[in-house]
Amino acid sequence: MYKIAVIGERDSIYGFAALGLSIYPVEDAQEGARVFRRLAEQEGERRYAVIYITESLAAQLEEEIEKCRSQKFPAVIPIPGIAGNTGAGMRAVKKSVEQAVGSDIIFNEDE
Amino acid sequence: MASTHVNPTRMELTRLKKKLVTAVRGHKLLKDKRDELMRQFLEMVKENKALRERVEKGIEAANRNFLLARASTPGAVLDVALMAPKQEVTLEAGMKNVMSVEIPVLKAKTRTADPNDIYSYGFAFTSGDLDMAVKSLSDVLPDMLRLAEVEKSCQLMAAEIEKTRRRVNALEHVMIPEMQENIRYITMKLDENERSTQIRLMKVKDMMLEEAHHYSQK
Repeated sequence: MYKIAVIGERDSIYGFAALGLSIYPVEDAQEGARVFRRLAEQEGERRYAVIYITESLAAQLEEEIEKCRSQKFPAVIPIPGIAGNTGAGMRAVKKSVEQAVGSDIIFNEDE
Repeated sequence: MASTHVNPTRMELTRLKKKLVTAVRGHKLLKDKRDELMRQFLEMVKENKALRERVEKGIEAANRNFLLARASTPGAVLDVALMAPKQEVTLEAGMKNVMSVEIPVLKAKTRTADPNDIYSYGFAFTSGDLDMAVKSLSDVLPDMLRLAEVEKSCQLMAAEIEKTRRRVNALEHVMIPEMQENIRYITMKLDENERSTQIRLMKVKDMMLEEAHHYSQK
């Protein structure tokens, strides 16, 4: 049985608590990194299969997120926070395409 | 350009030929794997893109609703309302094997079946905006879960494609030409040896005949 975590600035994520996801509000990048590492390394019953992370925090934790990229779990998914969409989520998808194909063939039509 | 030194022997030749057959077969298989992975990856990445657009739009709308809710309800009341959630989402995670890449399959399970359990508060002290906000967020959740599944699959597949592509290229442009070159070198060397033996024998024969019959003096 896996769980879902949401991590980011308090105002961006508090609504997810009502849906039954575990929320981890953090103040700054340092705390964010600490919490993220703890969540990502959790083992066994209380594991998180999916961690949603606000884009602004994700931008500061690139190193940690990169480590999770090749692992099966957790899936780290950037979501837009209350400050608006920075496009970081789409850029991550683009990166996958570039890695696989060698050049970006999906996104270039709409730029 | 047989860069590495090879022994021009028959045994080495047989060994190299066997190796070449294996390499060619491996190359073909890997190429097939790469093509199929690529096909599935492109399909998946298109879905990923569509889902992400939908989710980002949904979350933005939900955030707007939450902002409204925050404006019309005192912060403390809001905090209390969302403090003790009734609902809990857990995941059943399975694995699916796509061309030797293990991709996750997630199945969400809620603790209670009642869809109204997302409202973890009495309706008396909060504004309707909060209900709307929570509802809009809960509508995005299925898409968000699917997004998690698809995006992770894309990442894993992208890594695998990169690896496979590198292997295919290494086989195609380095290993196989090198082996062919070596095989040619050995064959030529062996032929050359054979010819020189032949000539030597002919020469010896001439010399022996000369000794026996003294042709040149007649």
